[in-house]
Amino acid sequence: MANPIQYTYDKRHLNNSEPNKFTEGHLQDGEMLINIGPQHPSTHGVLRLEVITDGEIITEVVPHLGYLHRCFEKHAENMPYNQTIPFVDRMDYLAAMNSEHAFAMGVEQMLGIADKIPARVEYIRVLVSELNRLASHFVAIGTYGLDIGAFTPFLWLMRDREHILRLLEWTCGARMLYNYIWVGGLFYDLPVGFEERTREFCQYLLPKMAEMEKLVIENKIFVERTANVGVLSRDLAINYGVSGPMLRASGLRYDLRRVDKYSVYPELDFDIPVGEGAMGTLGDCWDRTWVRVRECHESIRIIRQCLDRLQGDLKRTRDFDPRALVPKKIRPKKQDLYVRAENPKGELGFYFRADGKSDIPLRCKARSPCFVNLSVLSEISRGSMVADLIAIVGSLDMVLGEVDR
Amino acid sequence: MQFDNICELLKREAGQEAITATDTTSTPPTITIPPALLLSAADCLYRHPDTYFDFLSCLTALDNGPSAGTMEVIYHLYSIPFDHSVALRVEVPRPAAPGELPAVPSVSHLWKSALWHEREAFDLVGIHFEGHPDLRRILLPSDWEGHPLRKDYDEQEYYHGIEVKY
Repeated sequence: MANPIQYTYDKRHLNNSEPNKFTEGHLQDGEMLINIGPQHPSTHGVLRLEVITDGEIITEVVPHLGYLHRCFEKHAENMPYNQTIPFVDRMDYLAAMNSEHAFAMGVEQMLGIADKIPARVEYIRVLVSELNRLASHFVAIGTYGLDIGAFTPFLWLMRDREHILRLLEWTCGARMLYNYIWVGGLFYDLPVGFEERTREFCQYLLPKMAEMEKLVIENKIFVERTANVGVLSRDLAINYGVSGPMLRASGLRYDLRRVDKYSVYPELDFDIPVGEGAMGTLGDCWDRTWVRVRECHESIRIIRQCLDRLQGDLKRTRDFDPRALVPKKIRPKKQDLYVRAENPKGELGFYFRADGKSDIPLRCKARSPCFVNLSVLSEISRGSMVADLIAIVGSLDMVLGEVDR
Repeated sequence: MQFDNICELLKREAGQEAITATDTTSTPPTITIPPALLLSAADCLYRHPDTYFDFLSCLTALDNGPSAGTMEVIYHLYSIPFDHSVALRVEVPRPAAPGELPAVPSVSHLWKSALWHEREAFDLVGIHFEGHPDLRRILLPSDWEGHPLRKDYDEQEYYHGIEVKY
């Protein structure tokens, strides 16, 4: 009798993971169909990859998503604009502030109050968004090390991310899902002492960043695993609508904070890092990680400038009310609006259709960067090794909460 | 390039009847195009050296409800080199029978980002994109009944023995 623990291959086993795009009949001689996922550390969430391999070489990848689908759009079309903000947090739960900022900005533009928001409110928004961008990039870089076999950077970066989460928790009472940026203002002003603490934190972070760069970016094993892997050319990236650090790693200096000049970003001084192919080909996995690391430095620069203003001419005053402009009833005119913002993962867009009669949008569509970035996966992983597929998936830095929405 | 110039160019290249209406109150300004001329208009906007809309930011499908009797597909185009944007709107009648889907030509051969966006629109709103190479459901299971973002959607009672209503 055969050992019952031994796995014996049966064609019917494939049916256990339906629906598949390919069936046994599609496979050529020597090809094999493998499921990777639904759960894998390199995907922050649940994603199943249907992989066809010839030996160790990948011939086709089909991502299957929807395991985390929470009907954001359906919810958003059934409740007033301001009540949707907690749901926006839950899309990209690693960068909730940035998503809130984009959503609030869109509704404010529809109401026509976008240019009346007080400067202090705008600076606080940018400050918390950039802190959240740092936290998001820390997860991206740290878990990327984890994907390709390095445990230390993950621990170090999680330690540093904890400080940011504590700072943000201090502002609004929640660790990850903040509901802090409201339409027309903020939930509350910054707590007293926040600016000083954040300044101390920036001071603390810079040497840690240098340490991390040595450990990750210049590490020989890291370079060997990521350089020349998953090369995404610039034309392909644009054609697929890829945005954010992934597009910049492919060599295009394109950042919505500069292109759209939203919020107070035009007043701030920062650079847009792009990939240069320093360790391999332009647009490979190494470039994507490197762009994220450089962006962390730029975020620290932005944070410091925001703190300068918030402690300087925009200092808190006793009569300053961050909720002064929050409308009692949000009832925009009849219009369509597409608003977009630069999230840590790329261009987050919201499309609203207001009918002019109610405070509930007729249509609210979220164009999430992760969804679009993931769609390029099968294109860039064809022909690489199975082990490299994990490196490629990790370098996309997606959050499945935002892919599925 | 200004919105008026884009409209003129579109009329010149794709025909006078390519534009049925324009809407400048929305952001970005919107051009309504009949479904039959969508492909030639999109092709012109994509390739013409003066417009060069190389980035399809977003593709939205929406249902105006049984009383209005129409469905729309909205394309948000952006040109990275010229930094201008425009939205295209295609209106199709709602299907008469429950199982039928209204048809819109696919633009996925021009912008690959439409590949997944069209699948999503098919999944959630129920629009058939003609010429799409791989139109499967993307977010919902393949045997799910109905399209949830339609205004007259009723969820099925049971899905594989699980009660759907909560």
